[in-house]
Amino acid sequence: MSIHTTIEGEHAPDDFALETREISKHFGAVKAVDELSIYIPRRGMTSIVGPNGSGKSTLINLLSGTLPLDGGMVIVDGLGLHLVKAHETPDHGITRTFQEVRLFDQISVMDNVMVVLTDRRVFPALFERAKQSHRAKAQSILESVGLWDKRDSLAMELSYGQRKLLEIGRAMALDVQIYLFDEPFAGLFPQMLERIKGILKQVRDDGRTVLFISHNMDIVRELSDHLIVLDSGRLLVEGEVDEVLAREEVIHAYLGT
Amino acid sequence: MRIILKPIVNSLNFIRTPRDLWRAWRGNIQLWANLFVIGWAVVFMLWQGAGFAVTVGTVFAIWAMLAVSLNLVVGFTGLLSVGHIGFFGIGAYSMAVLSSNPEYEQLRTEALTTFAWPFFAALPVCVLLSGVVALAVGVVFNRFRDDIYVLVSFGFAIIAFNVFLNARSLTRGAFGIHEIARPQIGGWTLNGELQFLLFVLAILAVVMLIAWIIVTSSFGRVLTAIREDEDAIEVFGYQATQYKLAIWVISAMIAGLAGGLFASWTSFIDPFSFILLESILLVSIVILGGLATIWGSLLGAMAFVLLEEGMRFLPFLPAEYIGQARQVVLGILLVLLMLFRPQGLVGKYKL
Repeated sequence: MSIHTTIEGEHAPDDFALETREISKHFGAVKAVDELSIYIPRRGMTSIVGPNGSGKSTLINLLSGTLPLDGGMVIVDGLGLHLVKAHETPDHGITRTFQEVRLFDQISVMDNVMVVLTDRRVFPALFERAKQSHRAKAQSILESVGLWDKRDSLAMELSYGQRKLLEIGRAMALDVQIYLFDEPFAGLFPQMLERIKGILKQVRDDGRTVLFISHNMDIVRELSDHLIVLDSGRLLVEGEVDEVLAREEVIHAYLGT
Repeated sequence: MRIILKPIVNSLNFIRTPRDLWRAWRGNIQLWANLFVIGWAVVFMLWQGAGFAVTVGTVFAIWAMLAVSLNLVVGFTGLLSVGHIGFFGIGAYSMAVLSSNPEYEQLRTEALTTFAWPFFAALPVCVLLSGVVALAVGVVFNRFRDDIYVLVSFGFAIIAFNVFLNARSLTRGAFGIHEIARPQIGGWTLNGELQFLLFVLAILAVVMLIAWIIVTSSFGRVLTAIREDEDAIEVFGYQATQYKLAIWVISAMIAGLAGGLFASWTSFIDPFSFILLESILLVSIVILGGLATIWGSLLGAMAFVLLEEGMRFLPFLPAEYIGQARQVVLGILLVLLMLFRPQGLVGKYKL
């Protein structure tokens, strides 16, 4: 079986930024993601909701190659991937943030952003010094997330909210089409929440595809166009936000009212 | 140097009295560490005289080279290798086998393979052979992380030592190899200790320059990111294994270079210079000086050599215990460091 298959599907490739076909991930006997097929529309904001352990984070880990697929296929740009390699995801136009913020703790805030801007190839990187264009780009990113003043402190010295901002900024430094945000709104002060909402809207308005996980239904209603509800690794419902949220099974299973 | 000069320059603006000076500098542990070690070295040199200082200086330069090479791997990339002495040994044995004098009396039972190459022909082989071995070993090592990495690198050091000890047709085992060539430039042989010291220091400077270029490049920044979170950096399009392999090979090549110089300097080597303990001492030097700083490795090597040589002159310590005592002192020092200053004297990274 070849790893890459060209997909001639029922949908024109331009409709969806990302599509999964019966992808699975098992941890022992636990089916974290179970033959899941979803569609993520291009140039919109999609959110994933679901109870704890419903496979939301695992789904993002599978899409970004952080975890290997146990079965199924991820389709991006008309290319079917049975094996998503983490280091190839930027080439497919995908980047992500992590649920538990994963920064490069013991290097500076500036370097945290700079590191994703430089040459990927080993030998050219050896002879590449910090370029002015890289510095300028890092500066604009850090200014947009409001961390330019903190550029010389270590990432570990930042507060939780600042760490979240930096992680989102680091992902934005990568110029890709699809951004996967794993719980960008968890555990934040309302002011910071507004700020991150603004950043996500900005990314969407730039014509990128945004996928995020959240437990905050108000934010989901406010931001997203498309909603995916997961339950025990399976798709419960997907569709337009208002439609989905009005459906009985969603109300019962998830909202619990 | 910046570590020393910067606080001095910064404090010139507002310092009027000695008390101001004290206030400005007392909190700067890095500055004190530097001044202490360098001051100690100067006192030591004045006390023991030039001849001794030359010997100590050469030992220092070789340890410093090794420490810089190991720091690239441990401090910058976060791969805690305790097997680096193996590459040092490969370098030393390459030099010994290739350049030892064939006319030196050999054991009747075991003829030693000799080539009688000049020093400068053998030195590139030391570097390249270490690199090739590192490439093969590194491909396997890349499958491991963290604690397991320490264990497998342990294994490498043990294997290397046993090869040196038992591949007798090549290394002459425990008898060691004598009459290893000294560097020759034109018709001029660097026989004098001072000449050799200057030669080694020049090479140390080149090694530091290479290390500096590496760690300040984009490549170096990726290394530190790999150290912090290997999975996270992969998501941004970097293949961490390639970077780890590259720095591992570069580092091993530097260690091989140091080995070649060491063999030439002592002109006799046996496998017991490359035991696991030496490797642990090397890791201690790197941690003592400070992780993720090139200057720190120099400082650590300097402190270690001064500690080792300085203890010879302790009046209350019998000569036969000195070898062991330095290990005890270094061990205690390491425990204290981990307790109170985990990043080492001038380090930028905590283990």
